Formats: sequence, structure tokens, C-alpha cells
Amino acid sequence: MTRRTLFVFCIIPILLLSCAFAQDLASFEKRITVKKLPNGLTVIVCERPEAPVFSFYTFVDAGSAQDPYAKTGLAHMFEHMAFKGTDKIGTTDYPAEKAALAKVETAYAAYIAERDKTVGQDTQKLTQLEKTWKDAITEADKYVKPNEFGKIVEQEGGEGMNASTFEDKTVYFYSFPSNRLELWAYLESSRFIHPVMREFYKERNVVIEERRMRVDSNPIGRLVEQFVTAAFQAHQYHRPGIGWISDLNSFSATDASNFFDRYYVPSNMVLAVVGDVKAQTTIPLLEKYFGQLPTKAVPDDRTTVEPPQNSERRVVMQDRAQPLYLEGYHRPSYLDKDDAVYDAIADLMSNGRTSRLYRTLVRDKKIAADSAGFSGMPGVKYPHLFAFYAFPLPGHTPQEMAEGIHSEIEKLKSTDVTDEELKMIKTRAKAGLIRGLGTNEGLATQLATYQAMYGDWRELFKSVDRIDEVSKADIRRVANQTFVTNNRTVGVIETKAPAKQVAPAQGGAQ
Amino acid sequence: MKRTFFFMVIALAFCVPAFAQYSDWNQIPIPPLPAFKPQQPKRIELPNGMIIFLQEDHELPLIDGVARIRGGSISEPASKVGLVDLYGEVWRTGGTKTQTGDQLDDYLESRAAKVETGGGADSTTAAWSCLKADFDDVFKVFVDLLRNPEFRPDKLELAQANAFDTVSRRNDDMGGISAREALKLAYGPDNPYARIPEYATIASVTRQDLIDWHKKYVQPNNIILGINGDFDSAAMEAKLRQAFASWSKGPAAPKANVPFKTAKPGYYLIPKDDVNQSAIRMVDLGTLRNSPDYYAIEVFNEAFAGGFSSRLFSDIRTKRGLAYSVGGGIGTGFDRPGVTRLVMGTKSQSTVEAIQALYEDVDNLSKTPIDDVEIKKAKDGILNSFIFNFDTPDKVLRERMAYEFYGYPADFLERYRAGVEKVTKEDVARVAAKYLHKDKFAILVVGNTKEFDKPISSLGPVSEIDITIPPPPGEKAGAEAPPANPQ
Repeated sequence: MTRRTLFVFCIIPILLLSCAFAQDLASFEKRITVKKLPNGLTVIVCERPEAPVFSFYTFVDAGSAQDPYAKTGLAHMFEHMAFKGTDKIGTTDYPAEKAALAKVETAYAAYIAERDKTVGQDTQKLTQLEKTWKDAITEADKYVKPNEFGKIVEQEGGEGMNASTFEDKTVYFYSFPSNRLELWAYLESSRFIHPVMREFYKERNVVIEERRMRVDSNPIGRLVEQFVTAAFQAHQYHRPGIGWISDLNSFSATDASNFFDRYYVPSNMVLAVVGDVKAQTTIPLLEKYFGQLPTKAVPDDRTTVEPPQNSERRVVMQDRAQPLYLEGYHRPSYLDKDDAVYDAIADLMSNGRTSRLYRTLVRDKKIAADSAGFSGMPGVKYPHLFAFYAFPLPGHTPQEMAEGIHSEIEKLKSTDVTDEELKMIKTRAKAGLIRGLGTNEGLATQLATYQAMYGDWRELFKSVDRIDEVSKADIRRVANQTFVTNNRTVGVIETKAPAKQVAPAQGGAQ
Repeated sequence: MKRTFFFMVIALAFCVPAFAQYSDWNQIPIPPLPAFKPQQPKRIELPNGMIIFLQEDHELPLIDGVARIRGGSISEPASKVGLVDLYGEVWRTGGTKTQTGDQLDDYLESRAAKVETGGGADSTTAAWSCLKADFDDVFKVFVDLLRNPEFRPDKLELAQANAFDTVSRRNDDMGGISAREALKLAYGPDNPYARIPEYATIASVTRQDLIDWHKKYVQPNNIILGINGDFDSAAMEAKLRQAFASWSKGPAAPKANVPFKTAKPGYYLIPKDDVNQSAIRMVDLGTLRNSPDYYAIEVFNEAFAGGFSSRLFSDIRTKRGLAYSVGGGIGTGFDRPGVTRLVMGTKSQSTVEAIQALYEDVDNLSKTPIDDVEIKKAKDGILNSFIFNFDTPDKVLRERMAYEFYGYPADFLERYRAGVEKVTKEDVARVAAKYLHKDKFAILVVGNTKEFDKPISSLGPVSEIDITIPPPPGEKAGAEAPPANPQ
């Protein structure tokens, strides 16, 4: 949620009308092969021989929302561990390392059992147990070839290697020259066939630094964490994906392993490969390598359903940072029949200098530097928030932002959008799609994502049709049912200069 | 018998695995990469001096273009820092003689097209993106903006209000503070690349300043125009020649004279008590990309700080678990020295420990020089991923435009490949010794001093940097700070 993302710096893509578009779908039909392997993994190959390179995108249908109780941050932690190598990569002697890692886990379990005793903790014993654990780590580290997995990818010419953990999904991606296709298939399959939780506790510190950077030491990060956790009380979305600090300081490599076993299930994963590859030779290659992923049962993914919110909630953070206003309303998941209506509302309210929030709050009232509304907070797979934000200009208050946003929402509820607006939304939806088709990375991302989320990559193209069907009445109806006070959570940064520190050695009295 | 034989052959064909099984990654054969000659854009020089690059790409029905115009914020007066940012914004939002910016917004958005302008350090840009079918409509707007901008005063006011907002928020995020202040240390506080807008400098910018800037710099002979997309080059060239035929050459953009004055080596501190992580930056002046040292520097940077398996990442992040983000290297720039830097974030409680760890990694460069294995890894990484510099027509176009802008040879990328291939261990050791000195670094720490493991002063003398934002003209300093609570 960076500022000004929507405006000046982003040149928005463009597109054709429906007829030309259908041809595009037809051309993709010819270039795309989808196959579900016997173990349940879905693979997609898209031939795009523009240059001798390819990109891939591995989509795992599990994210932070799947973090077990008291182990927030675990999905993200596993993602970090997926770069630590395998039984063959990253080790000098795997059998010995495996035994050493088992000792680390035993020692760690004993250490935290003592550490977390609320009554009768023996500090001397605790020190000893901590030492045993750390010694075990030192022993296990002897077998590590540091970062060998990443080193191979980089040395062989991999580009853009990274991964991301979201509330709903975990994704892995990079690009390679096309002559590394088989090497890539080996590397990418082996990290999910035999991941090794080596250097876990040091990596846990890295993740804690990530939390400090993104959340603790960033005012917007601090507010958003409080805001989201307040908006959800029952559903897993009420927990931050980066993890609470006590969980980060507690979960173990065994926990991460268990998470992997439970959720990295082939039938929960989709893999897309796009570029200078031939389906005829690539599919057998994928079968050979990824076919080795063991079949596992699909985990029980039932969640507590967030009950209707029946009272407004407010999170007010007094902070030295400049003010910010944020509000969110519960809306259904992305599979809801009104999903496209929410997309249309987001576009109307937020997209560029013709958007309603820009024109009223920024251009006409001159009270905000930036304002927008969007879905997907903090995820989309489950019912989530449609959120609005505004950054007040100096001299203006969050309250004025609230009033400005609410008056635009009222307009949405009471008055039909114009024909021109509706047409613009639909034209831009088509536009938004086509630019994503022009790169291997973008295509791999989209194909894997739509295949995983809808069971069919063609939904990428059909999503435009759904926007095309949105009517003026739909927009009013959805606005009226969603944007109501009792369904609202508010998050505010109120600027407060820090109190001057009183020098400690002055008076003496505490 | 014959039938059996046939059956056996078939069966064999099915039995023999289609691929060999490899138990180890390095047994997997890597066939040669197919030859690939990226398509070069067509270069045209108009009689009025405008340089045009045309890059056909028929994959999608789109045409995008960008004009890069010489002259940017490094050439604005010190009393009006922020002028070029405002210019870049108002050039577009202020509309043309015949259409307001708001009218342009409606006109373009109904076509899902964009025309945008922006200001940069050494250049400004005007760009469009449109559907092929809308090209004529959109290109007309683009040309109108180049030739007849109006810079309407209401949009200048709006842009100034936004610029004030940016100033007011600039100390909220420690990452932003660290990057900004470290650049001032590396280049000097008044250096045009490093200085930042203040309320007063923004307020002093007038509409006439924007008009004057435009007149001075937006001349055809100062423009490099690149177009990428679904068009026929010959037809496009004819269209462009016609569109710009009546525009005659103007004065060339004056070259900016930029002094670089690196801060005294030592420790610089910005206390921030609402964070639990310290942002550490060690900076020094780097060099130019046309330096003979450039290729060795690239190999060195890759080995020292380029990615997962580099020395810095492996030591600071993987081995010590001290940071999530860590990186750096010897800085290079096309036409100005880059900033040599080591950057990391670590918890407040390991601030001094982290600085010492970075020192150790620098010291290790002479104690345990980067070896042949590391050199090979670094060179392989650069050369094997080399294709990603030109795997799309758009990237090739952007590279060519950059070389044209900075006066580098068109085959710079090819020379780069050849240069990297020749780099030796000795070259890498030499550039490391030449450009990385821990005694020459200005070391900036932004963090919560109360929580530090040791005071920074335990390492050496510390200068504190005051980042208090000077108030807008007419408001008195410190007006926003409430009186200290006596209790």
C-alpha cells in the first residue's frame, strides 16, 4: 500500500475490444497445454518462443492463513527454508547432517519447554539447555554448504529468483535461459521433494529482522497490523502473516517440516512454465521430475467463518508519523458472484486522475495527497475487506478524510454511475489484462494463479466478461449492502509530537 | 517372428526411459543456448536534431513511446529545488493551450490510454501508452504537450500542495531517511543529485519558471524518442517526420556542472526512538561506467554482494542472522560517480556488532582475497544471465536509448560481455583495494540509540545529523512541538 502507486508513475495498459480479444484467447488455446499429473499436481506449459529464455511460477494453495495456532509466521518461515537446499544440495554429508539436525530439534524442544514454564523455571537448567541447543546447531552447521541452492541458480544464469508468502498462497519464481530447462526441473522439484530445515534458527532471526523492518519500525506497517487484526476476530485473517514476535521466537524446524508435509500437497499446487519451451518435450520432463512429489491427502481447510460485524471498530494510533486514514468493510471472497462488481467499484473510485476519490479529495476539495479504495485486504480467498485510504494534506485531519470518503460512498449508493464511467471501467478492465500477457514472468504468474484459483486458466480471459456484465444497479446494490457503519473498521494515525524526554538523573524520585 | 520383433522394439521404446535419471544436479547436461540476435531498433536522426529509435514488436496490439529530454533537476537553481518535479507533474496536469489537463484525462482514459510526463535528475520524460488503433488520437495529445503546454496555475498549486505533503512525511520512514541522508554524505549536502526540496524552495516556484524551463530544454535536438510496438517502421517514420517537420532546432541544453564532495570519514548518527531496527549505510564515492575498472567492479560486486551466495549475504544474513536486507558494492554511473555503499538493517541491539561485521567482511577482502571459485561463480552468473539484458524488444530499446543519452557506444552491451570474460582474480583484488576502504567510509546509522548494544561513540567520534524539517516560510520553527511535560 504505497502512496501514489495508482497515478503518475504507472502507465496503464491498454486493450482491444471483445472480438479481437476472443482471438487472443484462441491463440493462447493453441499455445497452452495443461496436464494434471497422477500425484495431483497441475502443470501448464505456454509456448512463447520470443527469446531463448523461460520463466516459471509455482503456486502453492497455502499461506499465512494456514499458520497453526500459536505458530503465526510459519508459512512465511517455510518459504525462507525452501531456499536452504535438499538432501543433495547444501550438504557435505547428508546422513550425518540429518542426525545432527535431529539432535538440534530434541535440544530445542527441551530448551523451550523449560523457557516457557510459567511456574518453577530453573534458570540454571535453562542456561544449560540453551547451551546444549546452540552446541547442537554448531555441530549441524559443520555439514552445511551455505546457500548452495541459490548459488546454483545464480551461477547458471537464473534471473529474479524469489518467493512470496501471502495470506492465501505461497509462490516461487525465477527465469532461466532455455537450455537450463531440465536443470530447473530438477532444482524446483527437489526443493519440494526433499526440503531440509538446515540453519533454521538463524533464518528465524532473519525473518524477525524482516518483521522489524516491515512492521515494527514502519508507522504504516504498525497501523495496518493493528487495523487488520481488529477487523477480523474469528477468521484466521486476524493474525499477521509475518507472525507475532512470541511465535517467531518459539516455533521450531519440526513445526516448519510439519507445515510442509501438511500443506505442500501436489493437488494443492500449480506450476506454470512460459517461454521458449515446447510442450511436447516439456510435459514429459515435468512428469519425470515433478511426478516424484509424493501424493498426499488434501488437508482439511475449513476455517471459522467471520460472523457479520455488528459494530464499528476503531484503531487509533497516536504516533509521531504524519496522519493517515484507513477504513475497511467486510466483503465476500473472490468466488462470490459480485466479485466483478467490487472490481468495478475499485476502478471507479481509484484508477487514475478520472477516479472519483482523486477528483473529489485531491483535485477539488484539496484535502488529500492521495486516496483510493481496493479489495484484497489482507487476502481474497476468504471473506475479506474492501478498504479505503486517504493521506491528508498538511493542515487537514483524518476526520476530513473520513467525511470525504463517506460522501463519495453515499453517492455510489444513491446515484447511478454514468454511462461514460461504466464504459471506461470496462475498457480499462480489458486493458488491464492484455499488458500482463507481454512477458514470460507476467504470463506464468497469471496462468498459474487463475488455474489455481478457478481451476481453469481461461478464467483470466473470462474475468473481463464478468466486468462487462456489471450494471449500474449492481454497483448501487453492492455499495448499499457493503458500505454500512456497523460493517466498518477504521484505522487512523493521529500525529502527536513526542513528549520531551525528561533527563533521568535529575530528580531521583521514580 | 517378425511380429514379435516388432513388438519388442515397440516395447523397448516404451520401457527405456525418455530421459536419463540424474541423481545429482551437476550431471544434468546443458545444451548450447540457441543463437539469438536481438532485434536492434532503427535509429533516425531528424534534420532538427531529434533522435528517434523505432522498435517493432507485433506481439500485442499496442504502441508505447517515451521522449527523454536533456536537462533535469541537477540544473535547477538551489533556491528552487523541486522545480523539475513540479514541472514534470504540471506539464501534463496543466494541459495544453486548447485542452485542460482534466479534459485530457477524460479523453485518454476513455481510450484506456495514458500520456504522462515526469521530471528526473538529468532529464525529463514525456511518454504515452495506447492501443494501436488509438495511436493517432493519442500521439496528437503527446505532440500537443511537447509543443503547446499551458501549465495552468491551479495545477501548479495542486502539485505544490502535494510536494509540501511529501516534505512533511519525509521523516516518517527510516529507510527513506537513511537513503536520503547517506546520498548527501556521499555526494555532499548541496550536490544537485543529493539535495532535497524544502517548503520554501517549493513555494518559490512560479508558473513562469515552468514555462521558462520548457522553452529552454524542450527543443528537438535535446530529445531522444523511443517507440516500441505494433507498427510499421517506414509508415511510422513518415508520420514522425511530418509531425516534427515544422519544429526547428533550438539551443542545446547546457551541461550541468556538478561538484562532488564526500563527507569526512567517520560516524554519523540520526536518532529515531520509534523503531527497533537500525538502518546502517557506509558510503563513499564510486566511479564511472566508462572506467577501465568497470568490468572488474561488476565481477567484484557480484562476488561480494550480488545475491544469495555472495560474501555479504552469506556472512551477514545466512551465517550471522543479523539482517533481512544486506547488500552493496562499488557504485558506478554513466556520467557521474556512483555511490559505493554497504547497506543493512539490523535490530537495535546488534547495531555496533553489525558495523563490526561489515568491517570484517571488508578486511577479509585483503586477508582472504576473492578466489578463483568465487570469480568463476560471479562471471558465470553475469554471463549465463546475460541474455536477460535483451530478451525483449523493449529492453533492447531502453538500453540503446540510455547509451545514446550518455554518449556510450551502441554496442556497449557486447563490450560488457567481452570485458567481463577477461576479468582476472588480480583485477578483482585490485579494484577492491582501490575502491573499498573502511577508513574512508562515512557511516550513517539511523536508529533507536537507547537500545544499541554499545554507543556508536565506542567506535569513534560521532556527528549527529539534525533532520528537523525547516518550517514553511512564515511559520516559526518548532511551532508543532508541544511544550515538554514538566512531570
